[in-house]
Amino acid sequence: MSERLHRVGRCLRRVVFQAVPTILGMVILNFLFLQLVPGDAADVLAGESGSATAETMAQLRGRFGLDQSVAGQLLAYLDNLAHFSLGYSPRYNAPVLDLILARLPGTLILMFGALGTAFIVGLIIGAIMSAWAGKWADRVLSVVALLLYSTPGFWIGLMAIVLFSVHLGWLPAGSDATIGAHLHGLDFLFDRLRHLILPTIALASFFVAIYARLTRAAMLEVNRQDFVRTAMAKGLHPWRVQISHILRNALIPITTVAGIHLGNLLGGAVVVETVFGWPGMGRLALEAVMARDFHVLLGVLLLASFVVIIANALIDLLHAWLDPRIEVR
Amino acid sequence: MSVSPPTLSPAPSIAMSTGEPEANHLSRRRLPRAILRNPTALAGLLILLTFVALAVFAGVLYPQDPLDMVGAPLLWPGQDPEFLLGTDSMGRDVAAGLAHGARASLLVGAISAVIGLFIGTLVGAIGGYFGGVVDDLLVRLTEFFQTIPTMLLAIVIVAIAEPSIGMISLAIGVGSWPTIARLTRAQFRSLREADFVMAARSLGYGDARIIFREILPNALAPIIVTASVMVASAVLTESALSFLGMGDPNVVSWGNMIANGRELLRTAWYLTALPGGAISLAVLSLNLVGDGLNDVLNPRQRGE
Repeated sequence: MSERLHRVGRCLRRVVFQAVPTILGMVILNFLFLQLVPGDAADVLAGESGSATAETMAQLRGRFGLDQSVAGQLLAYLDNLAHFSLGYSPRYNAPVLDLILARLPGTLILMFGALGTAFIVGLIIGAIMSAWAGKWADRVLSVVALLLYSTPGFWIGLMAIVLFSVHLGWLPAGSDATIGAHLHGLDFLFDRLRHLILPTIALASFFVAIYARLTRAAMLEVNRQDFVRTAMAKGLHPWRVQISHILRNALIPITTVAGIHLGNLLGGAVVVETVFGWPGMGRLALEAVMARDFHVLLGVLLLASFVVIIANALIDLLHAWLDPRIEVR
Repeated sequence: MSVSPPTLSPAPSIAMSTGEPEANHLSRRRLPRAILRNPTALAGLLILLTFVALAVFAGVLYPQDPLDMVGAPLLWPGQDPEFLLGTDSMGRDVAAGLAHGARASLLVGAISAVIGLFIGTLVGAIGGYFGGVVDDLLVRLTEFFQTIPTMLLAIVIVAIAEPSIGMISLAIGVGSWPTIARLTRAQFRSLREADFVMAARSLGYGDARIIFREILPNALAPIIVTASVMVASAVLTESALSFLGMGDPNVVSWGNMIANGRELLRTAWYLTALPGGAISLAVLSLNLVGDGLNDVLNPRQRGE
């Protein structure tokens, strides 16, 4: 037990050592990067209001600190971060942290819904493919997986809207809840779930294919190893061998790849959120780019890398649990 | 991510250091025949070549600007024999748009893969060959870029610069090099102790020559396989970018055809379905070719 706690402690230490410089570097790089963008928030605000004198512009810039030097702005931003503030958004007239926290649950529900769906469906398809490797079931599913792997998720989402919303009328085509319906209890949950189905399918499709292909390859690889033959020779039930011997070991490469793709999942969420009008962080980022509202964009990028780093640390721990021989670095 | 298995690396390195140079020459000669014998890879290659031909001859087949109005608006496919795939709400020929869109998609895919390959190979080769502090720094840089979602990075870069084909390719390439860098680094780490590298060293070759003329050709097989997958995912990313309205507004691309068609999703869904189908088919062909290459070049990793 203490060995296990020790492990967790070592892993956490490594995360901190690795995450702090990475995130600091990321903040500075992104900040300088965004200074290269032509135009600033004052330009967009002035453009939208239709008219602005040079004095108004200067006043706007002064209020949001846009008139200071780049180094001054960077220092002010880092100072904010040290106080756990992500700055202030000129566009929405609200603290960035509040904006992001308001959108975070939507994105997390969508991401984990899609990741969970992709993982389960992918594992099942992959396990079926490896169990009947080379047979017709394997071939058909391989083609299906390759097709999913090659098709943009947002397009699958749009086609699903045509089929399920327009022609069949089964599922809503957008947003995350029925507007104006004040539902409570189970009805509320049911309504939310109905809205979640199509975006989840759109986001998960690509990852189902990845996990299915990986599971197939990993399970076939593990199948050939000696301990599987030993387990079979011991007279264990084939299902038990499949699940607690083969699948457990096959999970290691699968979860590694899952960690690598987490960032892609977030990127995919931007597009899927746009298709379905889903109120999430991805759309916030896109709106921030359009409005030249860089504090919001910096906040989203920062949080995105946070999520990726934490998820990868969790995956390291999961590996150490799946295979005790793996050293947590 | 962090389970680079140190216990596993000696075995492949032994296998490669003795067998790889020879196997590589063999497979280079066998490559065309092996692809022709693999029916799915052959199908992929044929589809891909069709798309390439479509992209190259788009100007000959549809000489008019695909953004021009040429017929009645919203003709369904097959309704008018002059416009086989119908027209959109502005009376533009969908078939012409698809042909010209192939140009944008394949060009972005190819250029961004070249950019990603260049940066990734360079970073991976230098880190894997020299090791030590340089390697540590480059690994840190690679991980750093890997934590930024490619799509968000591309959106930011395209927002900084004007959206043009070159800029979009650069944005996607800059986001996709870490995969290649990790792969190249692993290859170089296992090959740098190989006998033929030792021989090259004892002949007094310089580092640059050993890296590019001795190790790189032997490390190339998995890099080529990954490159074809990179082109495929670049085409997907480009379609998503132009769907979001971040593509070049003066060039027809499959992504912005979908974005335009989306407004009429309820009544004229073929405007969304056709360009999406084109993306799917093009990416599928690239993946089929990638799988075929993988079977030929990495026989040990079959099915991966």
